[in-house]
Amino acid sequence: MSWLGPEEWQAVALSLKVASWATVLSLPVAIWVAHLLARKEFPGKQVVNGLVHLPLILPPVVTGYLLLLTFGGTAPLGAFLTKLGLPLAFRWTGAALAAAIMGFPLMVRAIRLSIEAVDPKLEAAAATLGASRWSVFSTVTLPLALPGIIAGAILGFAKAMGEFGATITFVSNIPGETRTVPSAIYSFLQVPGGENAALRLVVISIIIAMGALVASEVLARRVAKRMEDA
Amino acid sequence: MTQPALSITLRAKRPGFDLDVDVAAPSGLTVLFGASGSGKTSVVDAVAGLTRDVSGRIAVGNHVLLDTVQGLCLPPSQRRIGYVFQDARLFPHLTVRRNLDYARRVTRQPTDTARFDHVVEMLGIGHLLDRRTPRLSGGEKQRVAIGRALLSRPQLILADEPLAALDDPRKDEILPYFERLRDEGEVPILYVTHSTSEVARLATTVVALEEGRVVRQGDAIEVLGDPSFSPGDVRSVGAVIKARVATHHDDGLTELDAGGIPLYLPRIARDPGARVRVRIAAQDVILSRGRPEGISALNCLPGVVHEVQEGAGPGAILSLDTAAGRVLARITKRSLAAMDLSAGTELYAIVKTVAVAPEDVSGPKG
Repeated sequence: MSWLGPEEWQAVALSLKVASWATVLSLPVAIWVAHLLARKEFPGKQVVNGLVHLPLILPPVVTGYLLLLTFGGTAPLGAFLTKLGLPLAFRWTGAALAAAIMGFPLMVRAIRLSIEAVDPKLEAAAATLGASRWSVFSTVTLPLALPGIIAGAILGFAKAMGEFGATITFVSNIPGETRTVPSAIYSFLQVPGGENAALRLVVISIIIAMGALVASEVLARRVAKRMEDA
Repeated sequence: MTQPALSITLRAKRPGFDLDVDVAAPSGLTVLFGASGSGKTSVVDAVAGLTRDVSGRIAVGNHVLLDTVQGLCLPPSQRRIGYVFQDARLFPHLTVRRNLDYARRVTRQPTDTARFDHVVEMLGIGHLLDRRTPRLSGGEKQRVAIGRALLSRPQLILADEPLAALDDPRKDEILPYFERLRDEGEVPILYVTHSTSEVARLATTVVALEEGRVVRQGDAIEVLGDPSFSPGDVRSVGAVIKARVATHHDDGLTELDAGGIPLYLPRIARDPGARVRVRIAAQDVILSRGRPEGISALNCLPGVVHEVQEGAGPGAILSLDTAAGRVLARITKRSLAAMDLSAGTELYAIVKTVAVAPEDVSGPKG
């Protein structure tokens, strides 16, 4: 990667780290929420559904500012987390949180659809065979929804890689700490002569996005094939 | 009837009817019989615990599954029921072997190779073990589904129209397994169907449902031999009698001994001495007041009219007591009047040999 300057390389590595953490940490929660929305009826379901989708509809800057209000150093929750050794504001950890929240609705939508596509009759059959609710979920629902879960994870990862508005509002644009690829592109475009560096990062972004898409397609196909073939 | 193997008391509201059933069945195979929409599936789903909006009490032997008075309602996973669904419901992401092994794995039981091999061998699915399930044929799927249910060590087997999705040859492939389960007698079976030939062939006990209510329940041979029990299509009315294989003749006929009366039918693959059930369709019986002579039918049963049931149409159904058991005959009202038949009349029931169809003959193998 000699054609990438150290600053650019730093931004790419940081983005990958932030997006990976965001995806890994939000995926289990997204699966849980998607299952809840797909299979359970409970009071306030529409409220939960609305909250989940909020980051998709709100201006990202608003989401970022709300995060800052909640997790900033002076906010009670933010101060508490700082005491625990997990400061979020103006740190890469905060960038991961912002990316996770922004990608969450996309993840939940994809996973919910795939869980809804799992035949509840198979889950009932598993229950009659002695499977507890958790066993039904882990041995029937989850494996059958796997293609959608993979798709959801990739979507979330891609969204995390590209997140800009909430990130820059919540954790600013600190080189080496919170300057992800989109922030770096923005910064390069602010200075004269930065166009080439920006362009290189654009190319990198496209490659990573395409790679993620191909990977998800291959994985989903492999899963589907495994389920259909003798 | 001593302690019933299965007792069901249920009330529930369903679209179009109110479910209100009270069933006490001995061990063996109990057929829940009725037209679609009569509440059969509501009953089995309540027994399995798949529907919860019911009140009442369900017990398998001493194991209480539901008792709404006591506030008890076991989840499906704790009911120990092997449910054979109409649509098999095999797990598409697992091999046949893993499907069969599913119950053992999720309940963390130790492997029982002997039992596994026994079930696999009984169902003839050894060559399918490493296959995935979506590509199996309908009959293969249903056999695997039966095996999967059996290997969950159930206290009760539920079968909801397990043959309905299969064509006739596949039905004949599956039926013997249910006969065998019935005759092994280890586990009571609750079997849902709307097919009279399945009732005749399988049932130990019949529970007939209409619009959510039990209209008839009792020993299968008694119920099927009752002329007032004419479910659905009158052409499907027929009694079942018990017989033993006496001998195989050189001319391709098998002679059965039904209470001392010989019955002839095309050769069946059972050894002499084997017990079989023979279904005699009411429309295949001809009645004669005198001993018939010079006719081609081989089977002739002397008997006495037990009951006459006149239908709304031109037909009537008679039940006859013969040495072989109770036999039903369907004749026209005109013949009924012309022959002056009523309870107590002595006559002869003639059954054409070919009328005792092989597929209506069943019994324990070996």
